[in-house]
Amino acid sequence: MRDVSRTLPEEILITGGSIYDPATGKSRKSDIGVKQGVLVAPDAVQTDSATSIDATGCIITHGLIDIHVHFREPGREDKENLQTGARAALAGGFTRVCMMPNTNPPIDSPEVVRSLLEKGADLPVQINVIGAITREQKGVELAELLEMYAAGVVAFSDDGMPVENGQVLRNALLYARDLGIPIINHAEDTHLRADGVVNQGALSTRLGLPGNPVEAEASMIHRDLLLAGETDARLHVPHVSTALAVELIRKFKGQGVRVTAEATPHHLGLTEDTLTGFNTNAKVAPPLRAEKDRQAIVAALVDGTIDCIATDHAPHTVDEKEHDMINAPFGMIGLDSAVGMAFTVLRQAGLAVEQIIDLFTSGPAAVMGMELTPIEEGAPVELVIINPDENWTYGPEDIYSRSRNTPMLGMNFTGRVSAAITSKGWFCRS
Amino acid sequence: MGDKTISIKHLVGLEGVSRDDIRIILDTGFTFREVLERPIKKVPTLTGINVVNLFFENSTRTRISFELAEKRLSADVTSFSAAASSVKKGETLKDTVQNIHAMKMDAVVMRHPVPGAAIQLSHFVDAVVINAGDGTHEHPTQALLDMLSLQEKFGYLEGLKVGIIGDISHSRVALSNIFGLLAMGAKVTLCGPGHLIPPHVSELGVEVNGDVDEVIEWADAVNVLRIQRERMGVGLIPSVREYRSQFGISLERLSRHKKELIVLHPGPINRGVEIDSEVADSDQAIILDQVLNGVAVRMSVLFHLLKPREEMEAA
Ligand SMILES: [Zn+2]
Repeated sequence: MRDVSRTLPEEILITGGSIYDPATGKSRKSDIGVKQGVLVAPDAVQTDSATSIDATGCIITHGLIDIHVHFREPGREDKENLQTGARAALAGGFTRVCMMPNTNPPIDSPEVVRSLLEKGADLPVQINVIGAITREQKGVELAELLEMYAAGVVAFSDDGMPVENGQVLRNALLYARDLGIPIINHAEDTHLRADGVVNQGALSTRLGLPGNPVEAEASMIHRDLLLAGETDARLHVPHVSTALAVELIRKFKGQGVRVTAEATPHHLGLTEDTLTGFNTNAKVAPPLRAEKDRQAIVAALVDGTIDCIATDHAPHTVDEKEHDMINAPFGMIGLDSAVGMAFTVLRQAGLAVEQIIDLFTSGPAAVMGMELTPIEEGAPVELVIINPDENWTYGPEDIYSRSRNTPMLGMNFTGRVSAAITSKGWFCRS
Repeated sequence: MGDKTISIKHLVGLEGVSRDDIRIILDTGFTFREVLERPIKKVPTLTGINVVNLFFENSTRTRISFELAEKRLSADVTSFSAAASSVKKGETLKDTVQNIHAMKMDAVVMRHPVPGAAIQLSHFVDAVVINAGDGTHEHPTQALLDMLSLQEKFGYLEGLKVGIIGDISHSRVALSNIFGLLAMGAKVTLCGPGHLIPPHVSELGVEVNGDVDEVIEWADAVNVLRIQRERMGVGLIPSVREYRSQFGISLERLSRHKKELIVLHPGPINRGVEIDSEVADSDQAIILDQVLNGVAVRMSVLFHLLKPREEMEAA
């Protein structure tokens, strides 16, 4: 049933599953009830009138958290808006998201922050806002970081654009340190990247496309790590795509630098080979890389060098993606396929289901300094139900975003979201 | 003529095209070469077939060569030139596709500034797609005419040693030559300033050597690429003087090597930069043969991609 964000039933009874609480790391086999948006004991709901969810074989856990989404509001609501973005998030099992500020106008003032938080307040998914580091994301003058913090931002980023000027980034790190929130720098040396649209290597050469070298990412991450160490500020590295970057993060983390990092489902599951045939839906920044990079990212998720999974959900219209490889925009949607891809790849890599859930819950919460909602009687409901063993093929009918730009259609996954429930709405597949 | 058929449906590039297909195209190219030397140069082969030449980038030579090939085969020809700016302005490939549908074209010859454009187009249209150059990706008919010229000169391609000299990274002809020559069993060495050699290119099966004299010593033939003026002074090529002295094919340089070396150039030539006039106009250069072979090989490509289709429709 393609029904999302419908009004939460008065009472829900979830039976047959086991509950995993990432806040405590504990699992228990138990039924659980929801009454007026609050968790209750199973016998506190009326069995005959309650909506029942059969969670046999499933894990009931904290709603997933995606700290990197592009919801395109304000400015490009034809691609996505808060409502459609929230719908896609919930269908993907996410109950909280952090919106990147590269909108039009960018989220670089407290006014825009407040208006978005207000608009998002009633949605079934918690909308968090990341403020721009610099005015209009131009990388030159700092935006009103303190004002935006007062308005409620959870982090700062010029995502989509790197902060090229080291002094500007250092100043931002110092501001953010005192506020206790992270700076997220989209790390790509724009001169090394140049016109690069795909990973630089044998494939870019074969396709005749300008390549984006791994050093473009790694060299800027290296600079950022040095500055984070020197300022003792918190740096969060988004969408790590290269083995080189993984190595650097591992090294500096080991030295006690306060760095966290995220990987996207596409960088952990796909390689540059997806671009053979010039598929513009696989054009993304940073680009899909070589198999050895993909393996390094998986290994970094396994050993904790990378703290969490974030989708970098980046919707674009079909028209724009039907451009040629140079003129098509960068980015792919990711909310509704994230669990499928991550569970499939990471379970094969040896991670337990609970560990993968941590990468989607306690991991990102720690990056953003968020509290998890306890899974206990009396707490507001914020749950996702995942069947880790369900095999499915990702098809057009699984897309809940307003856009459809993804190279993953037709892929087979193991692990699927059955339902996601918050006190303001729910998604249920059956 | 050409009772053999090729297995490809479009000619978007030479990557992955079999030796047999290339052999058939070249053989028929020689036949058309003879036609072109007759008093009456026209054959009725493609009567009633609609071909559109779609040029999103200026390339007078390639366009004229295709138009001539199409007319010699009696096809109905429409040519359409759009400024590259219309590509930037947001005329998507899809718009192009819809226009082709509306015009009911049997074949599209497309020149486009962006790599992959011809392959993308072939996914969207029923018409036969012939790539007349897609940016720095492929330019298959150029490589076929180069191979036809080499075959004509040497009588063989298998084992032939070919150097490609110049700005390989920004060349629209290098990749197709590499794929085509390797498919035919030739050996290829690339030569140019290190930053103008595409990364990891040796994985394609070619050698790379930055010393032009060593390459000349090794090669049976060299294909000298045009140095684009717009690469000068933007940090890619510091000066004409330096490029010429390090990589230019001058008479003086060639005379130091006591050997017969055949010289190709895809044109247009920057005389005095990548090649000297004395070399370009000498007997060892087969640049003018390349021009005539260009028409012949394009006739062959059009013939093989469109003739079977016409016969099937008639049947
Ligand atoms: Zn980014």
